[in-house]
Amino acid sequence: MKNFVLVLVLTLICAYINLPFTISRGFRVLNKDFQFTLPKPEINFKFQDKQIKRSLDFKQGLDLRGGVQVTLDADMKDIPDDQKNTALESVKSIISRRVDLYGVSESVVRTSVGGGQYRIIVELPGVSDPQKALTLIGQTAELIFATPVYKDSTVSGQPELVDFQPTELTGKDLESASLTFESQDRQPSVSLKFKSEGSDKFSKITEAYLNKPVAIILDGSILTMPTVQSVISNGQAVISGSFTIEQAKLMATQLNAGALPVPIKILTQKNISATLGADSIKQSLIAGGVGLITVSVYMILQYGLMGFISIIGLLIYALITATLYRLIPVTLSLPGVAGFVLSVGMAVDSNILIFESFKEEKRDGKPTSVALELAFGRAWDSIKDANAATIITGLILFNPLNWSFLNSSGTVRGFAFTLILGILTSLFTGVFVTRTLLRLFIKPKKLLIKKSDH
Amino acid sequence: MDWMKYRFIYFAISLLIIIPGVYSLFRYGLKLSIDFTGGSNIAISITDKDKLLDGLKDYSPEVISQSGNNITIRTKTITQEQLDKTQVTVSAFETLGPAMGQETIKKTIYAIILASTLLLIHISRAFKQLKFGVSAIIAMLHDSLVLLGSFSLLGHFFNIEIDLLFVTAMLTVLSFSVHDTIVVYDRIREMTNKKHGMDIRSMANQALSETMVRSIVNSLTIIFMLIALVLLGGDTTRNFAIALLIGSISGAYSSPFNAVPILVTWDQFRSKK
Repeated sequence: MKNFVLVLVLTLICAYINLPFTISRGFRVLNKDFQFTLPKPEINFKFQDKQIKRSLDFKQGLDLRGGVQVTLDADMKDIPDDQKNTALESVKSIISRRVDLYGVSESVVRTSVGGGQYRIIVELPGVSDPQKALTLIGQTAELIFATPVYKDSTVSGQPELVDFQPTELTGKDLESASLTFESQDRQPSVSLKFKSEGSDKFSKITEAYLNKPVAIILDGSILTMPTVQSVISNGQAVISGSFTIEQAKLMATQLNAGALPVPIKILTQKNISATLGADSIKQSLIAGGVGLITVSVYMILQYGLMGFISIIGLLIYALITATLYRLIPVTLSLPGVAGFVLSVGMAVDSNILIFESFKEEKRDGKPTSVALELAFGRAWDSIKDANAATIITGLILFNPLNWSFLNSSGTVRGFAFTLILGILTSLFTGVFVTRTLLRLFIKPKKLLIKKSDH
Repeated sequence: MDWMKYRFIYFAISLLIIIPGVYSLFRYGLKLSIDFTGGSNIAISITDKDKLLDGLKDYSPEVISQSGNNITIRTKTITQEQLDKTQVTVSAFETLGPAMGQETIKKTIYAIILASTLLLIHISRAFKQLKFGVSAIIAMLHDSLVLLGSFSLLGHFFNIEIDLLFVTAMLTVLSFSVHDTIVVYDRIREMTNKKHGMDIRSMANQALSETMVRSIVNSLTIIFMLIALVLLGGDTTRNFAIALLIGSISGAYSSPFNAVPILVTWDQFRSKK
């Protein structure tokens, strides 16, 4: 009973999060007016003086909803003709990597060549802040270490900063960059690790400019200009400044993704419509609906009341999944939906496994409640091993460690993510929710299972 | 019922499907869509539409957008000369690179190899014998071959192309296949624990009898969904649904009629030696 209340509360919370609009209704009871309002949910709270606000609408992929298309023009004037295509390809792969690292799932990056123009077309689904994405894509992420040049000012008498003299050390000498927190004041900063050659250069610079300032410049703007405190020969450095965590993370991402071989500029930015077409989506949704109803009818005909309860369990499952999609948020596209449908299929399968075992136990003459528990116990072994296998496949496709020999494309990842999420949710609903409902509603007298009484 | 008696018939049926497919794979290969090969965008006036569509009919032209009197047509990658031959006034012409490089196919194959290895370890551990893992993986590869082969044939005869969604369909089918196999294996494991001394053939027969209803019910629920998608779904999702349909039928077949019979055959082969 306690579990049932838990299931009920969870269902109501999920139902609320999925509320598509604000419900507002006035009513009169005992000559008094009441106003009842249930606002459309959104994330809106304060965390450490930062306002976090986000709508809970579904994020839809390029195929379902369209998105923003950005066309970038690559400036090839310094590149010999026979190397232009290679240069464009490498721009493409760097931009793809940045987009993937930025976490815009299901994006498309392609090259476009024509009329002497070399372009990159980037399509981003449901990006809430296109400007931010543009900054990330468009930045050349050129890191240089430079020494300031001073001139005695005639006005103030103080030396005045007039120019920077770049050193040999650049972003090319970088092995990796990562977000870190300074040991003293826990400020977000970026730690740099140089390749061995870069370490030598860095060591020489710190030696030459001991107790003097050195500027770290990213894409022409000075990030920080620390004074060299000691000679650093281990190839490690930290860029600190008053960064927010996001800024520091973005900077590390850009530095890791590398510099672009040619300068690029944003040519156009426009909204594009869904690649699948509205009709196609509508037809597929109808088809999905027809399929689901057929499955439900089949389950009820085959397993009676139990089948009906399992359909309720599946509805709760769909509700929880939709809630997770909104909260995380998951970008929905056709492959993602396929991952979801597959996990629904496997959730139905878990139920069928349990019911078939239940029938067998009943056939052996066990009382209903005992048979139910035994059936859950027996089915669990196969549910566990089968779902573990699916999760293994899902993880390889999702490639969480970004192994370069495996896929990191948004489409395959989107599929893998919804599949893993679906399996984990279905383990919870199949084993906990459906079990609780069955325990409560399947009483010996109410049992309406066909073919179980011989 | 003595399912295992007919096991060579099951293998024969599988081979009957796989051999033409594999032949077609080597002979004709796979028909890759613009997703993988890239293509050309040609902007023209609407009055020239039919002329261009006809002139480039070998390059699967497709109208992708229209605004006023201007339309944009996408084709397979063509050169300027090929375009000039159509003698149509072109207002813009550009060649697009693939949305997904061919390395995606390569990486998907690596993923399948890595998944096969890990699943082999997982299944062999869960069922405490290597032969369970090996036969499950063979059944899974069977399904990949059936799907790839059928699409090679469909591509050759009906011009159906492999697109981005096909990769997803393939991965879905593999998960489904292994899932199904493990459920049948679980029955054999249960019997091994309960009834000692029973030989693998009788256990396999009994496991198949017991799981056949479940397998059919489960496969039918999925097949219902997919048939609805093939018949009612939009054009762009139809190929995807066809791939899933072929894959799930193969996946449903391969567990009881490939994985388990291979297990039995393996055992008999070992005991004869």
